[in-house]
Amino acid sequence: MKIHEYQAKEILRKYNVAVPSGVLISSKSKAAEAAKKVGTDVVVVKAQIHAGGRGKGGGVKLAKSPQEAEKHAGDIIGMTLVTPQTGPEGRLVKKVLIEEGMSIAKELYMGILVDRESSQVLIMASEAGGMEIEEVAAATPEKIIKETVDPVTGVQPYLARKIAFALNLEGAALKAIIPFIINLYDAFVKEDCSMLEINPLVITSDDRVLALDAKVDIDDNAMYRHKDTQTYRDLDEEDPTEVEASKFHLNYIKLDGNIGCMVNGAGLAMATMDIIKLSGGEPANFLDVGGGADEEMIENGFRILISDKSVKGIFINIFGGILRCDVLARGVVAATKKLHIKIPVVVRMEGTNMEEGHQILKDSGLNFLIGDGMKDGAQKVVKAIK
Amino acid sequence: MSILVDEKTRLITQGITGREGMFHTEQSMKYGTKVVGGVTPGKGGQTVLGKVPVFNTVRDAVKKTKANATMIFVPPPFAADAVLEAADAGIELIICITEGIPVSDMVNVYKYLQGTNSRLVGPNCPGVISPGKAKIGIMPAHIHKKGNVGIISRSGTLTYECVGQLTALGIGQSTCVGIGGDPIIGTRYIDVLQLFQKDRGTKAICMIGEIGGTAEDEAAYYIKKHVTKPVVGFIAGQTAPPGRRMGHAGAIISGGQGTAEEKMKVMKRCGIKVVKSPADLGKTIKKAL
Repeated sequence: MKIHEYQAKEILRKYNVAVPSGVLISSKSKAAEAAKKVGTDVVVVKAQIHAGGRGKGGGVKLAKSPQEAEKHAGDIIGMTLVTPQTGPEGRLVKKVLIEEGMSIAKELYMGILVDRESSQVLIMASEAGGMEIEEVAAATPEKIIKETVDPVTGVQPYLARKIAFALNLEGAALKAIIPFIINLYDAFVKEDCSMLEINPLVITSDDRVLALDAKVDIDDNAMYRHKDTQTYRDLDEEDPTEVEASKFHLNYIKLDGNIGCMVNGAGLAMATMDIIKLSGGEPANFLDVGGGADEEMIENGFRILISDKSVKGIFINIFGGILRCDVLARGVVAATKKLHIKIPVVVRMEGTNMEEGHQILKDSGLNFLIGDGMKDGAQKVVKAIK
Repeated sequence: MSILVDEKTRLITQGITGREGMFHTEQSMKYGTKVVGGVTPGKGGQTVLGKVPVFNTVRDAVKKTKANATMIFVPPPFAADAVLEAADAGIELIICITEGIPVSDMVNVYKYLQGTNSRLVGPNCPGVISPGKAKIGIMPAHIHKKGNVGIISRSGTLTYECVGQLTALGIGQSTCVGIGGDPIIGTRYIDVLQLFQKDRGTKAICMIGEIGGTAEDEAAYYIKKHVTKPVVGFIAGQTAPPGRRMGHAGAIISGGQGTAEEKMKVMKRCGIKVVKSPADLGKTIKKAL
């Protein structure tokens, strides 16, 4: 689950990771007061959306007075912010964070993630702060410091020192960054983050160490043990159809094409999208109904598919294992009747009780197209919508 | 021949008294797997499915039944604990079916297992089947056929698809291993490739991957160096958008890494016969044999 910058900073504060003082507002009228409360000569007005690259789209602005902060807040709240990560449609900004300005001596990068290669937690740091770390990694991989953390010991002072010296820090900044790293790791583990990125991590001219920005993803699988962070979910940042699908435990992701597909299993669902494309069509979505789908789930799946108005045809690809083909066929027939589906529906099913399933489709009196294998099914649906 | 599971496998099920655990234990027994017991804390002393004794701890089960493999159906919040318990009791093969285990739990489990003799397959996987011998997991048994193709895959139903195509062509499988769709898994492609290379009953290998991570690349380099048997490969998610998690927790293209295109390129370069269409898996393997 993605969360906002201001929420990430709330978490960091809880673990004594230094962040700039700031006030969150959702209306322009509160901006001047917020700027006064923050109290620095210069404040920063930052749009709160989930996508990165906000500065490039005009979502982060400096203000030298409370009046100017109010003006910027007025411009940013309500704007549709387009950044390299939002796509051309952009995101509506509803809240801004007003934060203290500071004199920055050095900008660093620090990220913590679960590294798939080592299957352990990895801390990455770099002196090239403020830049996209992927770009740094591609251009100058030697500038990235990587340290794997043993889950038994966690980050011990020696490991934090190792990173600090590699970042060429000294004096007060060196002393300050050691607890910063230890606490950051603590937050990562205890809050079940799947990714935590501080970019930039700044050293101020008076040697303070602060997380100027913070990007945190929380492991969806661990949400059950974080009742407090569950409230951080912002449905406005998600696709409404995807939100609806998640209520029925359906795994749905909207894409740009016009062939809706419904599949059991994530790998087969991806492979089905691929074969639609190879057959000359464009998939409208990824939809995994899972291994134990029942009639009700299939109906909900159908409803979600057709709620996307660009869908001109449906391809159902099921390899029945635990999910029996007769159960699936009954669900498809019921949903097609109930939802008055008029667009072409191609069904390809194989596996447990396949013959019974096909008989049910035939006896329904509805005009299903039958795919003989996934390639034939994909070709039939592409042809049917032309 | 086959790998990992066969007639000598003595299986217990952790979470045997749950709905899924009970159902799939029964299915495995019907297939011929030697199921010697089950574990559900607090339900020790019961007998289920006519003859299967239930124990309170894995250690009790091992002591009484000499079990050497376990199949885990414990719900996600307790599944990591179940894996650790199995390893602590000295079980050699731990197959964890459970989907949705927090990744930080798996970080700890992975580290712990390094110092033991246990092998973990999964989590979030369909399990392992050696057709005609034994099945541990949730795959539909009837689509399989005894033979000489080894399959390794991160996906469940896509593996069934491949098996279905092979069986329809009259080609059987030595062992099918579902390694799981999570970012942290106990057994990787490389581990299974090594076993298939050594197994005299496996003549060709099919490797099914998906977007996310670099495990397939790693496997491809390994194949180039160490595998002499023909390998056919497919990567699901050629049309998947970056930054989105495609069902599996591990199926995500992040920071430009883990795209299907890149993986297929590396695999081809390493001598793997890569198919673009999942519908071509069966016939390409047939040709490779």
